Amino acid sequence: MVDLLKRYLAPYRRELALVIGLLFVQSIANLYLPELNANIINNGVVRGDLDYIWRAGAVMLLVTVVFAGASVVGAYWGARVAMGFGRDLRSAVFRKVQTFSQVEVNHFGTPSLITRNTNDVQQVQQFIVMALAMMISAPILAIGGTIMALRQDVPLSAMLLVIIPLMGLVIGLIITRAIPQFQAMQLKIDRINLVVREVLSGVRVVRAFVRTRQEERRFDDANRDLTATALRVNRLFSLMMPALTVIMNLSTVAALWFGAIRVDGGAMPIGNFTAFLQYIIQILFGVMMGTVMFVMVPRAAVSAGRVQEVLQAEPSVSDPAVPQAPPRGQEVVEFRDVEFRYPGAEEPVLRGISFEARPGETTAIVGSTGSGKSTLVNLLTRFYDVTGGAVLIDGVDVRELRRDDLWSRIGVVAQRALLFTGTVASNLRFGRGSASDEDLWRALAIAQGEFVRDMPGGLDAEISQGGTNVSGGQRQRLAIARALVKRPEVYIFDDSFSALDVKTDAKLRAALRREVASATVLVVAQRVATIMQADRIVVLDAGRIVGIGTHPELMITCATYREIVESQLAGTEVAA
Amino acid sequence: MRAGGPGGPGGQRRPGGGPGMMMGFAMNATVKPKNFRASLGRLLRTLRPERRLIALVLVLGVVSVVFAVIGPKLLGNATNILFDGVLGKQIPAGVTKDQAVAGLRARGQDQIADMLASTHVVPGQGVDFNALGAAVMLLIGLYLLSALFAWAQSYLMAGVTQRTVYRLRRDADEKLGRLPLSYFDGQSRGDILSRVTNDIDNIAQTLQQSLTQLMISVLTVVGVLIMMFTISPILAGVSLLAVPLSLGATVMIAKRSQKQFAAQWKHTGLLNGHIEEMHTGHSIVKVFGRQQDAIDTFDSHNGRLYQASFSAQFISGLIQPAMQFIANLNYVAIAVIGGIRVATGTMSLGDVLAFIQYSRQFTMPLIQTASISNVMQSAIASAERVFELLDEPEERPDTATPQRLGQAAGRVVFEDVSFRYKPETPLIENMNLSVEPGQTIAIVGPTGAGKTTLVNLLMRFYEIDAGRITVDGIDIRDLTRDELRRTFGMVLQDAWLFNGTIHDNIAYGADHATDEQILEAARAAQVDHFVRTLPDGYQTMLDDEATNVSQGERQLLTIARAFLADPPILILDEATSSVDTRTEMLIQRAMTTLMRGRTSFVIAHRLSTIHDADVILVMDHGRIVEQGTHDELLARRGFYADLYESQFAEPMLEAV
Repeated sequence: MVDLLKRYLAPYRRELALVIGLLFVQSIANLYLPELNANIINNGVVRGDLDYIWRAGAVMLLVTVVFAGASVVGAYWGARVAMGFGRDLRSAVFRKVQTFSQVEVNHFGTPSLITRNTNDVQQVQQFIVMALAMMISAPILAIGGTIMALRQDVPLSAMLLVIIPLMGLVIGLIITRAIPQFQAMQLKIDRINLVVREVLSGVRVVRAFVRTRQEERRFDDANRDLTATALRVNRLFSLMMPALTVIMNLSTVAALWFGAIRVDGGAMPIGNFTAFLQYIIQILFGVMMGTVMFVMVPRAAVSAGRVQEVLQAEPSVSDPAVPQAPPRGQEVVEFRDVEFRYPGAEEPVLRGISFEARPGETTAIVGSTGSGKSTLVNLLTRFYDVTGGAVLIDGVDVRELRRDDLWSRIGVVAQRALLFTGTVASNLRFGRGSASDEDLWRALAIAQGEFVRDMPGGLDAEISQGGTNVSGGQRQRLAIARALVKRPEVYIFDDSFSALDVKTDAKLRAALRREVASATVLVVAQRVATIMQADRIVVLDAGRIVGIGTHPELMITCATYREIVESQLAGTEVAA
Repeated sequence: MRAGGPGGPGGQRRPGGGPGMMMGFAMNATVKPKNFRASLGRLLRTLRPERRLIALVLVLGVVSVVFAVIGPKLLGNATNILFDGVLGKQIPAGVTKDQAVAGLRARGQDQIADMLASTHVVPGQGVDFNALGAAVMLLIGLYLLSALFAWAQSYLMAGVTQRTVYRLRRDADEKLGRLPLSYFDGQSRGDILSRVTNDIDNIAQTLQQSLTQLMISVLTVVGVLIMMFTISPILAGVSLLAVPLSLGATVMIAKRSQKQFAAQWKHTGLLNGHIEEMHTGHSIVKVFGRQQDAIDTFDSHNGRLYQASFSAQFISGLIQPAMQFIANLNYVAIAVIGGIRVATGTMSLGDVLAFIQYSRQFTMPLIQTASISNVMQSAIASAERVFELLDEPEERPDTATPQRLGQAAGRVVFEDVSFRYKPETPLIENMNLSVEPGQTIAIVGPTGAGKTTLVNLLMRFYEIDAGRITVDGIDIRDLTRDELRRTFGMVLQDAWLFNGTIHDNIAYGADHATDEQILEAARAAQVDHFVRTLPDGYQTMLDDEATNVSQGERQLLTIARAFLADPPILILDEATSSVDTRTEMLIQRAMTTLMRGRTSFVIAHRLSTIHDADVILVMDHGRIVEQGTHDELLARRGFYADLYESQFAEPMLEAV
């Protein structure tokens, strides 16, 4: 955490110094007030000097004004520093993630990256807010208060030797017991969430199997469990305030008694005694704030650690130092003896993969789940880099191209069709902002996306985050249209027809064939009907190529292929 | 000294240790209850079963506050004893107090004379330690008792709130069991979840912290006010001036900061949404060359968030200094006026000191009440959302005189059935269908044709609008829902498994199944082999990620579940292409076995299933457009024929 703070607070060095300075002024002012009050009593009230009371009162007001001024300016710059820090850190994380390849994204997991970029940054920022408010003034109050108390009367200050450790002990005891309970409570809240989430997602099954009562019992168990823990925690905490209050109050009483002895012996003026009482309270308050801070540090440190991990991760895929000029050719895609293994994995996912995909042709890749189909196309887009062999476009290794150059010529329709918040049009123009409305409609016509005409607003129809307001099939068709609008030279359809019924699928493919006649098309599919007409079918099994050819060829030469086909189509159709 | 110290932050007690006080204002700025008063009343009524304890808590609270409030006054008295002693020492022994006063007057020191006259000085005598000791003992006892009562109060309150929240949570969950399916289909799942969990948690937190605090704060203000007036009405008047001043300042600042906080949460939402989208669509963003746009949008959201949160932070940060300033102003006023009054002998030093303490005690709860009212706003908004859920109309209750079905043969008849989800959109009109025991009905149609509607009607997830559906001649509305649903087995493609072992998941719906029966069901469902390849076998835990179990394998487990339940009628959903071929084969085999001898409704994707079905229902746009056997429908050359050809024949005919 220290590194993180050092690095991202560095630009605010001056502001930070100012804030700390101002906090110092505030604390001094705060500490000075009881002293003034003591003077009023010692020199004014006891001696009956009204003039003095007025003068000291004026000074007190002046100190108060200084104090308020310092607070306001401090709050201003404190807010600037803390929020600026948050902004910078968030931005750094976001930019870092943009440089990640799929390897790093998978390593952290998308949800975790989101949390780190949002929540964790927020936690650290909140910590700074609190630190600026408390961490700095706590010691000033405690130490300053001690010094001032010593100035009032040294022997009486010996009391602090008892009170401060006692207070720390009480707070410490309660908090160390409470923390594990809090953690347990969080787990139990999670458990309740889980049970409710399951009931909600499985509501049809729960009712179909007549399990409402049992589910209620399951919830009730979790509910009781949570309630018991919450009760324990809250009962424990109900000790905190009374205990602290009683320590403070008894300190006051002790000060009164021992102070009385000192005052009676003439060792201490009575005004000092009242000031002393106030200092004790300030010291104890400082100790309390300090303890609370101690509890916050570990939490913030965890968040800071998680953010730091992202910032320190090195992207495994990067642009070459001296990129080659993008080839202006026929866009022949070649896999040359490609091997890929995930970092640290024993077995490669793919090995010995060699084939060519030519312009004007459709190359299909089939195989059962886990055979490495999606990984294969991800090597072309450099979401991963090969660990052996090479992927080439027109003879140039993709690793020697700038990634922007590479991506500008590839259109991808991914397995999970993902749309972004905005309109249909803004989604379709994702790859080519300058596309005209006619371009969009044309792409929609090919992608069987006429349903857009029925949407309220047509092209301007709203799309919600992730595209959840359109059905899965519609989402896929929009994702296909999005790729078409881009007009790339190479298309990758990664199982992009799965959410379509076979009728739409067939229509779409027929239209597609006419549209992308000159492009290089790579299709990954599970459904045989989708790829039967491909110019070349690559059959994968367990990361190896077990057959390449057309449908009729493979039906004869490749047993794996035949097995796949037979499992999907009834005997009559295969023969047809 | 309840909250103690100058400018003490309020919400130290927040369990959960969240970023307490600052956020108290912040978190809740966006949510505003619609009907604050009514909902608050209803929330308080949920506390009714605890009313006796609450009364006790109130009594304890009053006692504790009274003790705490008397404290400074007694402390002041003790200080007076001390002060008397100090003065007494300065007057030589043997002179009476009156003589001393007269002496002072003679020297023209009228002020000191007045002051002296008002004290209980015994000339020549120092501090009366006996009297002081008694006062100290009294104080110690008082403070200890006050703490004890405060502790008892918040201890009991913990029980009150936690039990109340427990009941609220239970009611909400049981309500879920009585809501009709249409509620779940019409509402976002996340929203319902958040009502049952987050909103109730929010209420729990607020009840726990705020109710006690609010009570104590109000009591303290009243008690302190009384004490202040008994000590010195003039000083009390001066202190009271501070009240409208502090409240005015708080309200003024809070109003402005609320606006900024609202902006802050809005921009936080926008920014987090953007981050979520861009990280989720990471590869798409890259390959479409949109990284720069992503960063630009991020920067603009981030910048606006910075502006808003800075303003919010700064403005709300003004409350503290403003309060301090007013408090210090008050302090000076009391010191000056009090000093003058002590000097003129109209007030004792101890009283001034007591008063200073009271004025501190006075402002703290005021500030706290202001911030609690903010927290309350958010809790009430949450409560409203929970009450909304609790008030949703429930499922029509089961008939009072249910018929018994027993072991059904499986004859299902639709007679003139009409149904619409929305009253203005007709969906199923006068549908007739008769299914003999053991027959198979294939439901086909393009994606999104509403094939699940039939499932909804058969299982009575939704009620039909007209006509009737009978099972073995009995109207399904004359059965209890439980009885009806036990007659059906359901295997959906979107296989639902809960967190638990594979064993327990198969046994779902059959509590008393023996291990042997479970094994048998697994074997019949072709999933036994797969389960045995897992390291923990049948004891393997399935969780959210369940990465070790694929979609297809999940469906096999639900088939095993159906085998075990052994229902006379089945509703099946055939696997589509997201399942790999080998698993698909297993699913098919298992389903065929399962369907043997049972009436089956199959949402079909496979030609062979459709071919062999006794009746095919063709659906489009939620409606049943055609109905008949394969040959009949082909001969009709309608929608089905069209669908059939595009789906199964076309690829063969024009093979490229």
